[in-house]
Amino acid sequence: MPRQLHFSAALDSPGHVSAPHYAALARTAEQGGLDFVTLDDSFAAGPHRPDALATFARIAPETTRIGLVPTVTTTHTEPFHTSISVNTLDWVSEGRAGWLVGVSGTEAEARAFGRRDAAPESDLWSEASDAVEVAARLWDSWEDDAEIRDVATGRFVDRDKLHYVDFEGTHFSVRGPSITPRPPQGRPVVVVALTAADLPERTGLAVRHADVVLLDEPDPAAARSAVGRLRLEAGEQLRVLVRVEVALPDGVAAAALTERIAGAAGVDGFHLVPADPVRDLAAFVRDVAPALRERGILRAGYPGRTLRDHLGLARPLSRYSTAARTAIAAEVSR
Amino acid sequence: MTGRPLKQIHLAAHFPGVNNTTVWTDPRSGSQIDFSSFRHLAETAERGKFDFFFLAEGLRLREVNGRIHDLDVVGRPESITLLNALAAVTDRLGLAATVNATFNEPYELARRFSSLDHLSGGRAAWNVVTSSDAFTGENFRRGGYLDRADRYTRAAEFVQTAREFWDAVDAPARHRGPHFDVEGRLSLPRSPQGHPVVIQAGDSDGGREFAASAADIIFSRHSTLEAGKAFHADVKRRLAAYGRKPDELKIMPGVTYVLADTDADAQELAAEIRRAQVGPGTTINYLEQVWGFDLSDHDPDGPLPAADPVVDSSLVQGRTRLGDPVALAAEWRAIAAAKKLTSRELVIELTGRQSFIGSAATVAGQIDEFVQNDAADGFILVPHLTPGGLDGFVDGVVPLLQERGVFRQDYTGTTLRSHLGLPTPGER
Repeated sequence: MPRQLHFSAALDSPGHVSAPHYAALARTAEQGGLDFVTLDDSFAAGPHRPDALATFARIAPETTRIGLVPTVTTTHTEPFHTSISVNTLDWVSEGRAGWLVGVSGTEAEARAFGRRDAAPESDLWSEASDAVEVAARLWDSWEDDAEIRDVATGRFVDRDKLHYVDFEGTHFSVRGPSITPRPPQGRPVVVVALTAADLPERTGLAVRHADVVLLDEPDPAAARSAVGRLRLEAGEQLRVLVRVEVALPDGVAAAALTERIAGAAGVDGFHLVPADPVRDLAAFVRDVAPALRERGILRAGYPGRTLRDHLGLARPLSRYSTAARTAIAAEVSR
Repeated sequence: MTGRPLKQIHLAAHFPGVNNTTVWTDPRSGSQIDFSSFRHLAETAERGKFDFFFLAEGLRLREVNGRIHDLDVVGRPESITLLNALAAVTDRLGLAATVNATFNEPYELARRFSSLDHLSGGRAAWNVVTSSDAFTGENFRRGGYLDRADRYTRAAEFVQTAREFWDAVDAPARHRGPHFDVEGRLSLPRSPQGHPVVIQAGDSDGGREFAASAADIIFSRHSTLEAGKAFHADVKRRLAAYGRKPDELKIMPGVTYVLADTDADAQELAAEIRRAQVGPGTTINYLEQVWGFDLSDHDPDGPLPAADPVVDSSLVQGRTRLGDPVALAAEWRAIAAAKKLTSRELVIELTGRQSFIGSAATVAGQIDEFVQNDAADGFILVPHLTPGGLDGFVDGVVPLLQERGVFRQDYTGTTLRSHLGLPTPGER
């Protein structure tokens, strides 16, 4: 019996700024039972596109199951704002949010902000790692049961369940707690895109923080060995999806893609990057998905409601909760 | 009344959050964070043909005595993200987010508001606020070193810079000023409204001038008809200096309201609501903001504290400072003595804002009176219950305003600018 794989798809559509376009694509992906969709973003002037997180918030109420993973850059943004924005995407989608962590390395982007010069990628990825760390602490800074609405004492929250995160890093510091209660998934799904040849700072971020890696490595043997290395460092909970460029003009291409996917070994799934999203996503859902389902590679329907459910990832405890602290203490004393 | 045509009233709905407006102890008070709550209030506002839906902001949890304030609603979503989601479940309603100009950069905010404007089909609004608060600054890269005067000039330059980005459709914007030295172009074409609607609050002379030069809507807080008329006349007079016509700036105070079958029932209900909003703990906290020391042993239902306030206390954080504490305490003692008020009754009196109280007919009449007499152009309504607190207003008061011919039967345009009768910048 083959293993069920995870699938995601990029919705990038240069030139499109209207909500109905992206909503239709996401609904198609949802019809095909994909785990999540991604949308790239940057602070560059071109191509024409709206803010990725805004776009996914806009289409969240028009979809019901598909995970929504926008790129949010960590370079010129405030980590506090990013944390509450991704958190809010999780609230408005009822637990379907992720975050594809990005950086902004160009001089043009730096000029648009005027705060600092462009920096080497290695610095930007180490800053990104701090941004993800502080976002995760802020998501945890409200324990799940912090809101008590205790009429007898007049207390809306139990302030002992709200926590300062006190992050002090090279690039910024954040006191906390968050202004937004803990998101439905506890922590939205953190996604990092990697190539086998990436900088150690970027890979380090993935190993420390990622739930999902989108791996760009066309050679199957090299991909398998990269997945093996990542698993060794990050643990079994990491999902590695290999990027596959998809062009499905006809049935022959669909059959070839089906065979390629069915023949994959050692990976958790695929990140589909369509050449023409409208055409290729529809063709995938119509021609490829049923064949994969028949072979037991693509699950039928969604197993749960949240993106974590789709990926088979547990909902994390808040690191500040009594249960988590007890677990950590037990781990240390062993 | 003169023979001029009836003025049309503008209405907006505020989702109340982090303050003591919301009576969260009421069994009808729903979630303050679930999307369904925001959706209900927004859908109700759109059913009532309101101009826009409004969200406030606060970027750090409030503290009292160095501890997180726990008596009022705590926690809220990030506004722009939430409004993008509400754009999917509404069709005409304007969507207004309060966003701080101190802890953001013009390029990013211009892009986020342009995105909201595109994704909502022209319904975005930005309520510009500023902060000089080092306490809030602890959550941000820049910290909190701006003084009051600087944060104000920064806000004006911030809005100007954002507008330059919104206008830079064909070539990059270049802005060089004391606060911003930037160059760039958004990844978006001109948005449906050209410039999203800009909202500003401020009663100071500088605030009025900034609004006259740069805002489409201004908040005010003037509880009497006479004070509202004076404010209205003053602000509208300032517009000419900027080449603007009086109806290019709408004055919309934030107000609460209490409705019941009769005026007497509504007055009784309003008193009950105020007692629920200002409980014993809230009374003590409010006094501590001025007295500057621990008053947990003080009896809220007795007279004000006998001792004088401690000056330069940092007891309360994340809340607007109230001014010179000794002078304030003296003022409060005088009011309490003259009206024979307990501590709690005094706080109820001091924290009340403009409120329309009565039957639907009475409230419709009061609102219309304020607008027809140029004390306001409309109101931002703040219900004391979420998410259902606007239902009674939309079902009871709106039809009466429509009957009077002072409020739209239906939307005539699709953008917020069209609801407000404002020109669209960049339109040829």
